[in-house]
Amino acid sequence: MTKTLEITDVTKSFPQPAGGSIQVLDIPKLVVNEGEQVALIGQSGGGKTTLLHLIAGLLSADGGSISVDGINLTKLSEQGRDRFRAHSIGYVFQTFNLLPAFTALENVRLGMTFGAGKADNQRARELLNRVGLSERENYRPGQLSVGQQQRVAIARAMAAKPRLLLADEPTANIDPKSAESVLDLIGESCRNENIALLMVTHDMQIASRFGRTDRLDEINLVVSKT
Amino acid sequence: MNLIQIAWRNFCHRALSSILTTLSLSLGVGLVVLVLSVYGVISEAFTRNASVGYNLVVGPKGSPLQLTLNSVFYLSQPIENLPYTEYLEFLSKEKRTELVDRFRGDESLKERGGRYAPFIGDGYAIPLALGDYFGEFRVVGTTPLFFEKLRHGPTLEQEFTFSIGRAFKEFSEEHSYFEAVVGSRVAKEMNVGIGDEFFPTHGDPTGHGHDLGFTIVGVMDPTGTPNDRAAFVNLEGFYLMDGHAKPLEESDTPEESEQSEAVESADVSDRVAKPDDYRLLSIAEREVTSLLVRTENIIFAPSMQNAINEGFRAQAAAPVGEINKLMGLIVGPLKNAMLIITLITCIVAAVGILVAIYNSMNDRRRDIAVMRALGARRTTVTNIIIFESLLVAVIGAVVGWVLAHAAIAAYSGTIEDQTGVQVGFLTTTGNEIWILPLVVLLALIAALLPAWSAYRTDVGSNLSD
Repeated sequence: MTKTLEITDVTKSFPQPAGGSIQVLDIPKLVVNEGEQVALIGQSGGGKTTLLHLIAGLLSADGGSISVDGINLTKLSEQGRDRFRAHSIGYVFQTFNLLPAFTALENVRLGMTFGAGKADNQRARELLNRVGLSERENYRPGQLSVGQQQRVAIARAMAAKPRLLLADEPTANIDPKSAESVLDLIGESCRNENIALLMVTHDMQIASRFGRTDRLDEINLVVSKT
Repeated sequence: MNLIQIAWRNFCHRALSSILTTLSLSLGVGLVVLVLSVYGVISEAFTRNASVGYNLVVGPKGSPLQLTLNSVFYLSQPIENLPYTEYLEFLSKEKRTELVDRFRGDESLKERGGRYAPFIGDGYAIPLALGDYFGEFRVVGTTPLFFEKLRHGPTLEQEFTFSIGRAFKEFSEEHSYFEAVVGSRVAKEMNVGIGDEFFPTHGDPTGHGHDLGFTIVGVMDPTGTPNDRAAFVNLEGFYLMDGHAKPLEESDTPEESEQSEAVESADVSDRVAKPDDYRLLSIAEREVTSLLVRTENIIFAPSMQNAINEGFRAQAAAPVGEINKLMGLIVGPLKNAMLIITLITCIVAAVGILVAIYNSMNDRRRDIAVMRALGARRTTVTNIIIFESLLVAVIGAVVGWVLAHAAIAAYSGTIEDQTGVQVGFLTTTGNEIWILPLVVLLALIAALLPAWSAYRTDVGSNLSD
């Protein structure tokens, strides 16, 4: 089976204000296969978001390698990582992070702008339709409910047809009923487009919906040693 | 979506802040455009009107600028007067003889041609007598030659024409020596026309009125020259008004001719006027304020100017040169001072752009981080900030330009009335072309700090919840 994500011996530390540094990640191995949906459970402050940032190329690892679709991110320049992220990674945030100046449709189009250089309006509309918001395409984030905002964020993450979707506790800020539909939507969208999904969460109930669940405290040596 | 569209969205999202920043910049740009336009109007009004065909203005010794201002622009006070004999120096022997015979001058004046007559040739010397007013407007005593010889317009080819009536005559059976022509603005503001009579006041607009009145026989078409705001009267009639004759010493008193026995205050209202109804002033009693002189060939003008200036009584000034000096010495530096002030206004407005965008950076760090997470490069988010600043600059510059030119267009009628310079919405000065590049440069400089801040935005920390 093709590996979409392969992490090998990745370490990450952050400098401390008082001097020295603190290591937050030491992951010998983590693999997500093509189209696979994985829930990664971890406690708050356990390095979940840092791991997603490393996979997205927003942070660079201190050591080891991170490959997405065969591309080793740790060998890429910052510009190379930006380009890679625009084409290969979709990101759904806990707080949606829609841009308030733009409409729902424009937010989705932004998901394509930085990779392809231009936005495919038809695909943006299709995605909004798929998340049930075709009637709200000209609404700004402030005019949408939190559940609707997260749906727009999912459509935006899917816009550039990424190989890997990273979801950072996407239901943490929404009510349980909306959370169910958001989770269904993410899972279904990834299945439809054969996108690998790595979702971090601290909620066991959410993790139980996934066919595969990994525990960060088991794969991260920094946590497991303590 | 391209970066300009993204920048425009950000501009609209912070509408109040963006509009206020743009407005302050547009006011600065508007002021710069107004200063340049006002200077352009002043400059054109002065340089265009510095000559209506003549090369030199001759008057008594004193300030050549003052001579130019009072004789060409009808501004400032006349320096003094020149004796009529100084005027005769510009005339041929035949013309001198004719005038001496007619006005009872010293016979010796007929023995030679005028000292400067050879320079004049086919040119002219037109006498002006100033000092009286019609309302706020200058009364100019001159001869019909003024309307025959002088030209105006960009190429100095247009003759003076009349919207109604004609040029005054030196003598007419209807109005004797008391005919007048008024400039277009005088007619409009004093509400006078053909057949109206006015009584000039002596010395200043509120001075005492003369007993003799002049009848208007012509209203000039607008010329865009100072002549629009002058009332021209026949020089012979001007001399006949009380206080206009030079007091004579006994030795200067000419022999009285038959004409001198004529009745000074003849009542000519009910009968046909005759030339000898009035005792015209003798040459010794006559003075002129200045002379408008055109040499036969322009290359003679400097030589004649030098010859006149070497004399002890008169001076000759080149109006164009004097006005250029005035522009260079006073108006130019004043314009520069105004420009510096208005440019400072623009710089303050540019600082406003900096402050507005920089202050918004705290709010938009998350937006920048999100765009980075979506694949935007550091340079991309930097460019968005720069484009946002440029949008403010371009909109501010265009709005400022439009506001200034709308104001100019709104007051174009008044400007034309006051200066004779025609301006419209699209009338521009050469320097205006530099405004947009300058404002764009200022905006670029103003954007550097917030753009640098955007470039350095830490994605990880700003995305963390």
